[in-house]
This record gives sequence, structure tokens and C-alpha cells, in this order.
Amino acid sequence: MNNKKNIIRLKNITFSYPGSDICTLDTLDLEINKGDRLGMMAPNGSGKTTLLHTIMGLCKPDSGVIEIFGKRLKQEKDFTPIRSKIGLLFQDSDDQLFCPTVLEDVAFGPLNLGFSQQDAIDIAKTTLEKLGIQGVEKNVTHRMSGGQKRLIALAAVLAMEPEVLLLDEPTAGLDNRVREKLINILNGLDITYLVISHDFDFIKAVTDKIYSMESGKILTDEKIHIHRHEHIHKHGKRPHVHK
Amino acid sequence: MIEEKFASGQSFIHKLDPKTRIVAVIILSFAAALCDIFFVAVLYFIISTVLIVMARLNRKDVIERIKPVFWFLLMIWILIPITFDGQILYQFSWLKISGTGVILCCKITIKSITILLLFTSLVATMSIASLGNGLHKLYVPDKLIFLLLMSYRYIAVIEDEYKKLLRAAKFRGFRPKTNLHSYKTFAYLAGMLFVRASFRAQRVHQAMLCRGFNQKFHSLDIYQANRFNFIFLIGISAAGLSLVILEKIWI
Repeated sequence: MNNKKNIIRLKNITFSYPGSDICTLDTLDLEINKGDRLGMMAPNGSGKTTLLHTIMGLCKPDSGVIEIFGKRLKQEKDFTPIRSKIGLLFQDSDDQLFCPTVLEDVAFGPLNLGFSQQDAIDIAKTTLEKLGIQGVEKNVTHRMSGGQKRLIALAAVLAMEPEVLLLDEPTAGLDNRVREKLINILNGLDITYLVISHDFDFIKAVTDKIYSMESGKILTDEKIHIHRHEHIHKHGKRPHVHK
Repeated sequence: MIEEKFASGQSFIHKLDPKTRIVAVIILSFAAALCDIFFVAVLYFIISTVLIVMARLNRKDVIERIKPVFWFLLMIWILIPITFDGQILYQFSWLKISGTGVILCCKITIKSITILLLFTSLVATMSIASLGNGLHKLYVPDKLIFLLLMSYRYIAVIEDEYKKLLRAAKFRGFRPKTNLHSYKTFAYLAGMLFVRASFRAQRVHQAMLCRGFNQKFHSLDIYQANRFNFIFLIGISAAGLSLVILEKIWI
């Protein structure tokens, strides 16, 4: 475990939204190592999205240390080069897909990374193909279905060839077909990732370890044991104890 | 929803560089708008119809597209002839129809249709992304181009959110009437829409930062520079200039 390369390390991160007394993140520690496939299940409002935004440098913590790829990051400009190596999939795909057409959206990242026009188009096309959504390059983004939008947003993130993926409720609002597709895609990727979701089966299918969050802190595997069991109530409505 | 009905096509006009088309439409529409002689305006109208034919657009769709302007023209035809001074064409008790007014109406009609046809043939025949690309090449500030592209992208999303809010209000028995409660409700809806739009703008900006956005505009359009662009632009400029000269000599 310790010989794995450490990618993201958060130490004692505290964050509260302006005008609020409640610490959304409270002396939080998190480590993500290369090859990790982490899941996180936690109730609404427990600070999961804030955590992801802190890693990306979109929320500035009040105190604590953020180390990514061994470098300590403090200011906006420290985060700029990091953002191409960490891909964040947003909760709402409409936030993430802002270009007129699909191809432009997927090529937006590569173009910003300095690839030439033709290279960016090639990267975008191969990424879309890899995710099995070819033939939609010329389509107008806002006319796609919710499931297609999610996959295109994922393609847009993957087109930058990140080393780590952060997924914020990737299955929210998706039907089973797209969900299955997403499971297959994630399991087929050779990449470190952290998935936040309320969907137990999904998390179970794509991750090795499941964390939880409670009052701004992360509970790791050892402390929690999220599980699901099915059983028959042979006692009927009579009070009984689960053993 | 904004449709780009005419954007895909294989005509000569569709293959022209967006930059060329934007410059051409600016030259022609300014010249047409500023011309003062009815006969010359008709010549501009002929140019615009020739361009429409060259773009090989569906005639029915084009008429559908310019329909809204007819309402504007109808208003002008009702108001200007009876309110304009000058030589009286026809008098019916107190109602005087001015001949100068009628001529002015004819000019306004033909000019507005001409300009609309020019934009339909030259600008509506490119996708909004290509329009952004063309403006970028003409040194329009990137900020303005992003404003255009983002408005295009998010207007449908905002419309969706508005419908969602209105639906929520209707499901709770809201029926718009002429009273304070209705006005207040609509004010809340509008306020809510602004709040949501501003939050969305924040999230979109974050998403852009995450993908390495650096305030630069990139486009994927590749238009081969060919001499047709140059010839087309020369032709349009020559036509515009000769009509302006013709008008000057006429006066």
C-alpha cells in the first residue's frame, strides 16, 4: 500500500462557505494513490461536491494543505497545470458542455492544451469512438439526450488524458442502459478515480474501496461498513432484531 | 430553440469563408440601408435574391423566415401614409393619404426585405460556431464572441428552467390574472431565473477552468483559402460601389 505512488493528498482541510458558520469540510484528510478506484457514499449536503471542487482548486480552503503530484498548491496559478491532469465530471452535464457542437466540446480541452486543430479533432473523434458514441460529432449539444450528454461530458474530460478522474454523481438521472455502459467504460479504463454517488450498486461495480463522509470528515473503509442485504421477514410485522 | 435550418448545404455560398461572407453582408446591407432612390433599392433587392438563389435554399423556408418582418411592414403601411405630410394622393373626408408617405413605405419595405434576404443568404448559411470563427478572424474581441456562443448554447437551457418554474407554479394552482398576486409571482419567477442563471454561469466557468480555459477562442473550422473568396468579395464590393456611384450621379 505504502509503495504506491501518492497522487492527491489533502491534510487538515477546513472549508466553510462565506456567511456560514458550519464547516463544510472540517480538518479533512484524504489520500489518493495511483491505481486507486475509490467510491464515496454520503448523505446530501455532507460536502462531497465541495471536496471535489477543493481538489480542483475551485474552492479555496480556509486552512490545510493540498498536495497533488507531490507539489503543494496554494494559488490559482498553481492549480492551472494540475487541472489538465485531473478530470472532473460535473453533476449536471449542461454545465460542462458549453460549446455549440459535440466535436467542439470534446476538442475544447485539447485545444487549450495547445494541440493543433487537426490533432484536437483527431483526439476528440478517437475519444468519442472509444466511448461508443461515434457519429454525433456535428450534433448540437443541447439537443442530445441526458444519457448522451453525460457520455459526451465524460469524453470531453477523457480527451485531456487525465491521470485521475473525479466523478460527481455520474449516474444521477440516467437509465439502466447508459448506467451499464458507464460501468463498462469505467471498468475498462486504466486510470485512478474517485466516484461520488448515491447508487450503491454502481459504486460496488466500479470501485475497490468505499468511503463515506460525515460532518465534513471522511470515514475510511476501516471505520465504516456500508453493505446491503436482502432478507425475508419471516416474523412478519412482529418486532424483531436483525443479527 | 434556435434552428440552424440553412447552415448545412453544398452551394457555392456555403463553401465561402465565413469571414468573406460577413464582410460582404456588412458592405451590402449598409449600402442598401443608406440608398435613397427607389430604383436603386430594387437593384439591391435583385442582388439579394440572386444570392438566395445561389445559396440554393428552400424557397418556402426562406419566406417562412422573413415572415415576421411583414408584421412590422404592415404597421408602417398603416401609419406612415396617413401621418406623413406632402403631396396628397387620395382624400377621404379628414383622412389624407400622402403620396410621399407611400413612396417612403415602398422604400422601407424593399430595403428591409433586401437586408433580411442578404443575411439569410450569407449569414444564416453558416453555423453559429462558424459565425464565431469568422468574427474572430475579423478581430472582434474574443469576449464578445464567447458572449454570442454562450447565449446560443444556454438560451435553450434558460427557457427550459423558465418552463420548469412556470410548471411548478401551475401545478400548485397558479392562474395568471390581472392582479398583484400574479405580478408578484411572475416577478419571483424572473428573479429565480436570474439566480439560477448566475449560479449556472458560475458552474460553467468552473467547468471551463477545469478544462484549461485561458480566455482564448479556438475554433475547429477549417476553410481553405481559395481565390473564390477573393473574387466574391471583389464582386460584391464592385456591385455595392457602382450602385452608390450610380445613385450619386442620379442626384
